[in-house]
Amino acid sequence: MATIVDIFEEKALEVKDFEFTYAGADAPSIKKLDMPIAKNSITALIGPSGCGKTTLLRSFNRIHDLYPGNKYAGEILFKGENILLPKQDLINLRIQIGMIFQKPTAFPMSIFDNVAYGMRLQGIKNRTELQDRVEKALKDAAIFEEVKDRLKHDANGLSGGQQQRLCIARAIAVEPEVLLFDEPTSALDPISTAGIEELVVELKNRVSIIIVTHNMQQAARVSDYTGFMYLGELVELGRTEEMFVTPREKLTEEYITGKFG
Amino acid sequence: MSAIVDKFFFYLTRTIALGILLIVAWIFVELFNNSLDSIQAFGFDFITEDKWAPNLEKFGALPAIYGSVISTFLAMLLAIPLAIGVAIFLSELAPAKLKTPFGVSIELLAAIPSVIYGMWGLFYFVPIIRDAFGGVGISMLTAGIVLSIMILPFIAAVTRDAMNTTPDILKESAYALGGTKWDVIKDIVIPYAKAGIIGSFILALGRAIGETMAVTFVMGNVHRISADLTQPATSIPVTLANEFNEADSGLYYSSLFELSLLLLVISFTIISIAKFYFLRRKRIGA
Amino acid sequence: MTHTQKRIVVNKIIMVLSSLSALVGLGFLFWILGVLVLNGIDALNWAIFTNEGAPPGYEDSGLKHAMIGQLYIVGVATLFGVPLGILAGTYLSEYGQKAKLAEIIRDISDIMMSAPSIVIGAFVYAIIVAPMGHFSGWAGSVALTIIMLPIILRTTDDMLNLVPSTLREAAFALGAPKYKVIIQIVYRGAKAGILTGVLLGVARVAGETAPLLFTSFNDNFLNTDMMEPMASLTVTMYNYATSPYEDWQKLGWAAAFILSMFILGLNIIGRIFLLKKRGK
Repeated sequence: MATIVDIFEEKALEVKDFEFTYAGADAPSIKKLDMPIAKNSITALIGPSGCGKTTLLRSFNRIHDLYPGNKYAGEILFKGENILLPKQDLINLRIQIGMIFQKPTAFPMSIFDNVAYGMRLQGIKNRTELQDRVEKALKDAAIFEEVKDRLKHDANGLSGGQQQRLCIARAIAVEPEVLLFDEPTSALDPISTAGIEELVVELKNRVSIIIVTHNMQQAARVSDYTGFMYLGELVELGRTEEMFVTPREKLTEEYITGKFG
Repeated sequence: MSAIVDKFFFYLTRTIALGILLIVAWIFVELFNNSLDSIQAFGFDFITEDKWAPNLEKFGALPAIYGSVISTFLAMLLAIPLAIGVAIFLSELAPAKLKTPFGVSIELLAAIPSVIYGMWGLFYFVPIIRDAFGGVGISMLTAGIVLSIMILPFIAAVTRDAMNTTPDILKESAYALGGTKWDVIKDIVIPYAKAGIIGSFILALGRAIGETMAVTFVMGNVHRISADLTQPATSIPVTLANEFNEADSGLYYSSLFELSLLLLVISFTIISIAKFYFLRRKRIGA
Repeated sequence: MTHTQKRIVVNKIIMVLSSLSALVGLGFLFWILGVLVLNGIDALNWAIFTNEGAPPGYEDSGLKHAMIGQLYIVGVATLFGVPLGILAGTYLSEYGQKAKLAEIIRDISDIMMSAPSIVIGAFVYAIIVAPMGHFSGWAGSVALTIIMLPIILRTTDDMLNLVPSTLREAAFALGAPKYKVIIQIVYRGAKAGILTGVLLGVARVAGETAPLLFTSFNDNFLNTDMMEPMASLTVTMYNYATSPYEDWQKLGWAAAFILSMFILGLNIIGRIFLLKKRGK
């Protein structure tokens, strides 16, 4: 059973008895997982390849549903409701729980249109409102100054780090409550990485953040809570400063000290 | 010893490869030479004259050109929307189990010889047109429809391939913002694959305009320009197929060769446009 | 209705429309195949395979002449087209690679693959039939060879390119001369892919009618002399089906059926090879 520390804050999400089986697989990839996610905090998910951290992350916005045959079991509670139920409105869910991917995914359109995309999907057409919110999102993503003169230019002209900030701006423009980051800096150089990490820490005032990372130092730098997963199970969830110094589980200690993974 | 064999092998393969360029050049030259009589006799009027009268030794290619253009245009008009629908179905909608058999069926449809489309058109489609519009049933309209069925599998397959080049992660990003399948197709997939899709359409156009057998059965080979699509007509390949072996004079032959040259130049141009502006060739494995 | 609700409705409509298109597409496929199979099987009998063609109304006319003619014409074209195509493709992949000349050859081949085949027929007429004074099986084969070359060239080029460079390097490192590396190592590694390319090339060429119309022309009787006009299934199909004679039309369907089965068979075998290769 996992060792989970007590969370002071309110919970943004709560995972209960969660199980996930990929289409056509014999056994579940995630087994009987319980995990609280603290509000307005950053929870990092770490663990060796194949431990299920990305699988878990992608369950929070049910992006697994795009590929038929995947099966969820158990509960993930968001605002009191279990979002794993078939009746869950996925479009509504994804507006409230956004996602940033491993590689920057700028859409084939202008910088402005990229950031405005989510808002336009919701039917916001008012020019002024769009402009204001796009500007705010770009500022919040700390990229406004760099692109303010070329908002109409194709987003693909931006560098990798800039594109990732753009994706973050795009995600926060719809004012979500939770942001899921799937190894957001793995395709970036160290300087861009540092910038993104800074940004993520700033954002936690507005959103609750879950970040999957294979880089333990990043987890240590950035997060408030860290969850260590292994072979589809949560081994330990603790406050980051404590866990990296005095982990409670032997397995956690072995992973953190580099004995495997 | 090995050095000699190496050299030989190199020159052998290179000569053959160069030979292909030579053949293509030769084709243009040979067609041009054989068209000289007609070019000299009619000049530019060949393209603008609408009277094709072998017995009077007057050859105007306009009806054939008109027929080629209209029948191909009609075929594209019908095939493209259907093909896009099939491509969307194949890449987004079909359940995993159906995707492969259905995809393979489309590709096998594309492998059926065009002469069979022509036969089907003649025996099964012509009566339908006849019942619906009267007349003989053999017409520009019939040809356009049979041609559209014939290029449909090709357009569907290449459109689907173009759409499949869109990275999953890009599509997921759009879904993650609350997009529906159609949102993702129209806002992400199509813009991303735009060049490939348009290139495929133009390539299909290039093929359709050179199509002979699917159309010869059902077009009629009547050299007339008419706005009435239910009337028989002709196209450049249809004229060639029907009249080449009937030609009985130097000028007649020469005119037919000029038609061939015209067709080659037109389709070469269209295909080149598709290739160089829209379809950057991706070498597999490179 | 909120914008999102509208989006959901539009999405549903589009999805229904594309399913309908798929159904229409499939519908035509089944219609054409159905017609082919029903008419073909109805017209099939042993006489088709044993008897030669005959004037209309004649009992027991067959397609032996057309089948054998087709085999000869396509066979000879394959005999020339395949080695030439493979060798040319070898040049592109192993020697030319990304050089300007090689790219030009690739581009021209690509364009030729989609070019009208009837024009090739006219070309061969001009260079072979006219000087000879008559149609011939050779002329037909030459036309088909020209059509086949770019296809075999491109697939060979692509398949050879898939062989990892480390394989070549290992052979060179053992002191093998280039031609041996190509023939003994690279060809072997790309064997399945090249074979698939050949099968697909032959399948494509076997279905051609237009380039044969004024090269090999046609013959109602069995003729194995390539210097003379020669029957082919495709041209026979065309002639018989457009004739006003019912028994000839029936034979046309039989020919269509036989040819399609052959071509589809080649395609399916080609695919199985490709799958086997990918599965490795």
